[in-house]
Amino acid sequence: MKLLIEGGRVIDPANEVDDVLDVLIEDGHIAAVGLERTARGALIPDRVLDGRGKVVCPGFVDLHVHLREPGREDQETIATGTRAAALGGFTSVCAMPNTNPVNDNQSVTGFVLDRAKREGAVNVFPVGTITKGQKGEELAEIGELVNAGCVAISDDGKPVMNAEIMRRALEYASMFKIPVIQHAEDLHMTGKGSMHEGLVSMELGIRGVPAASEAIIVSRDIILAELTGSHYHVAHVSTAESIHLIRQAKTKGLKVTCEVTPHHFSLSDEAVRSFSTNAKMAPPLRSARHVEAIKAALKDGTVDAIATDHAPHTIQDKEVEFEYAANGIIGLETAFGLGVTVLVEGGVLTLNELIARLTCDPARIFHLHKGTLSVGADADVTIVDPNREWVVDVRKFASKSRNSPFDGWKLRGEVLATIVGGKVVWEREG
Amino acid sequence: MSIAWKRKDLLGVQDVSPEEIELVLDTAVSMKEIASRDIKKVPTLRGKTVINLFYEPSTRTRTSFEIAGKWMSADVINISTSSSSVVKGETLKDTGLTLQAMHPDIVVIRHSAVGAPHFLAGVLTRTSVINAGDGAHEHPTQALLDLLTIRERKGTLTGLKAAIVGDILHSRVARSNIFAMQKMGMQVRVSGPPTMLPRYLDRLGVEVFGRIEPAIADVDIIMMLRIQLERQGAGLFPTLREYSKLFGLNLNRLQAAKPDVLIMHPGPINRGVEIAPEVADGPYSLILNQVENGLAVRMALLYLLAGGQAVNN
Repeated sequence: MKLLIEGGRVIDPANEVDDVLDVLIEDGHIAAVGLERTARGALIPDRVLDGRGKVVCPGFVDLHVHLREPGREDQETIATGTRAAALGGFTSVCAMPNTNPVNDNQSVTGFVLDRAKREGAVNVFPVGTITKGQKGEELAEIGELVNAGCVAISDDGKPVMNAEIMRRALEYASMFKIPVIQHAEDLHMTGKGSMHEGLVSMELGIRGVPAASEAIIVSRDIILAELTGSHYHVAHVSTAESIHLIRQAKTKGLKVTCEVTPHHFSLSDEAVRSFSTNAKMAPPLRSARHVEAIKAALKDGTVDAIATDHAPHTIQDKEVEFEYAANGIIGLETAFGLGVTVLVEGGVLTLNELIARLTCDPARIFHLHKGTLSVGADADVTIVDPNREWVVDVRKFASKSRNSPFDGWKLRGEVLATIVGGKVVWEREG
Repeated sequence: MSIAWKRKDLLGVQDVSPEEIELVLDTAVSMKEIASRDIKKVPTLRGKTVINLFYEPSTRTRTSFEIAGKWMSADVINISTSSSSVVKGETLKDTGLTLQAMHPDIVVIRHSAVGAPHFLAGVLTRTSVINAGDGAHEHPTQALLDLLTIRERKGTLTGLKAAIVGDILHSRVARSNIFAMQKMGMQVRVSGPPTMLPRYLDRLGVEVFGRIEPAIADVDIIMMLRIQLERQGAGLFPTLREYSKLFGLNLNRLQAAKPDVLIMHPGPINRGVEIAPEVADGPYSLILNQVENGLAVRMALLYLLAGGQAVNN
């Protein structure tokens, strides 16, 4: 099976490529990039995709999604979640372990991988828990999890509050060279807070989650990362203070990495004024000062990756009073459009930098052999039109859930086709 | 009255204009007379239905709305969580839609979750919603009755200085009063333990005082807030005894205030905690006037929201 993508602008940040080139895919791998038209005479591809006027880049890699299966198949399944990923241009997703049952043992990991193999539209990389039952008390069988296919560990949704457990997790995980991902939040400080503590929460009388609640855990963990020499990864960083600490740690040469979500660079706590429950997530939408700090950190590389924290919830989980609503929003199908609209059009990143934060950068920090168009690499390719405008319509989403605050937004930058392992898994019509 | 009432709902004072506040207060003034009648009943809202939907315990606000509705001949129904299907797990949306199917004209809601009245108002397309208190957010009818009480005594609102003292962090009365007083040209100060003063208050143009003495020194109105007894031990202040010592309004502290200062409290009061009995019962205390004016303000709002025509008919 030969697939040729002809005449597109190929942006492959891993190889510092940005040129109008052809991409030849053969038997699921990148066979050649940059064929001369003449040399192609002998080649008879099974299929040709017209890349002219479009950007051809490595498939996006999302370090943080909730596929909800097993346990909450009413919110999302591996089939629908990976289909949503494909629509968003993601060819690889890391599946968080806070399912039901939680992915704290190899049988759940095996189930996820098996389902993904049979029903998944894109590659699924499971993330196991740090602690048994995600309770923060005893280490899970991390070796078995890695053996079964987990690429990282996280108690996502909850922090590891106990510093001693966190220290041991970092030490133990270093044996397998996997990152330990922290959902950084001091639960004592968060209390019953359901939005960012700031001017808006003060006016609305909604209990706030102070920015310090995140930075305190990040600070503690960086000290532990230095103590252990292990790889520490901060999920969905949301505050200026955390960014500052991570930047310092990187300068020191510590193995500290982090990701930010599209909603934390696109929205602020002002969005809560309407009491829309799609403005509710953990960590909460922060104030403008923090949003600006995150953008600056995306630019200077302090932030390694853009990850969606795709968190599907049913209508009944969200159609309630703000304080009672579930945390989180879906993000796979709007990530690229928000990246182009907010970051590229907003003058924060170049298109090439945006693509790097979605491809080779996340792949590198999680040691995934993805995110590049190098010859021989898996043929995971995304074709986008960075200039095309579109209007977000959640009714057209592939995700089973509809909880997006971006419904109705006009975005620039549309995903046109997604190729996984040489197979076109999704193509936009028209 | 220069403007007409156009809102379907009253959800808060933050988004209401000074002109609308004037309209409510002026309407309330004309309602007050009903209380002095031998037969306290006018036909204004005959055939209208008002539902009091209370998800939090309340005596004065619920009773006040009930009497206000009944004096104007509306049919008033009270629903409290203990007797409704809420305990069976019905959502606010479903409760709202069920009630709307019974054709009420106004639903008065009190709820511990911020924004619940706004959510309900979005669900109920044909029914007016009045916020009778949502979490620590707003309690608009309380602020309006407070303004009416102050205006009655002082003749005006513009230029007056008020100090609100106590647990500002958890107080919807404080928030609604800050918004309402500022809209009417008053200056607002707040005072309380720093643990109960939310950050960024100063960004609203409010003067913040860590101690009560300087806060009340030269103000026209002192509004004491109820200290919720269950907050003791929650880390915000050590004991009621110490709170009372540091922030209680007693005769001694009052001596430093203006001679004609007005003392207000939204109730229910904790005698001897935030307010000394001699102050609560003293000559400058307007606590019971506030309750009385609550009736007038709520009659005015029911009347305006139910689309009443002329007050005197």
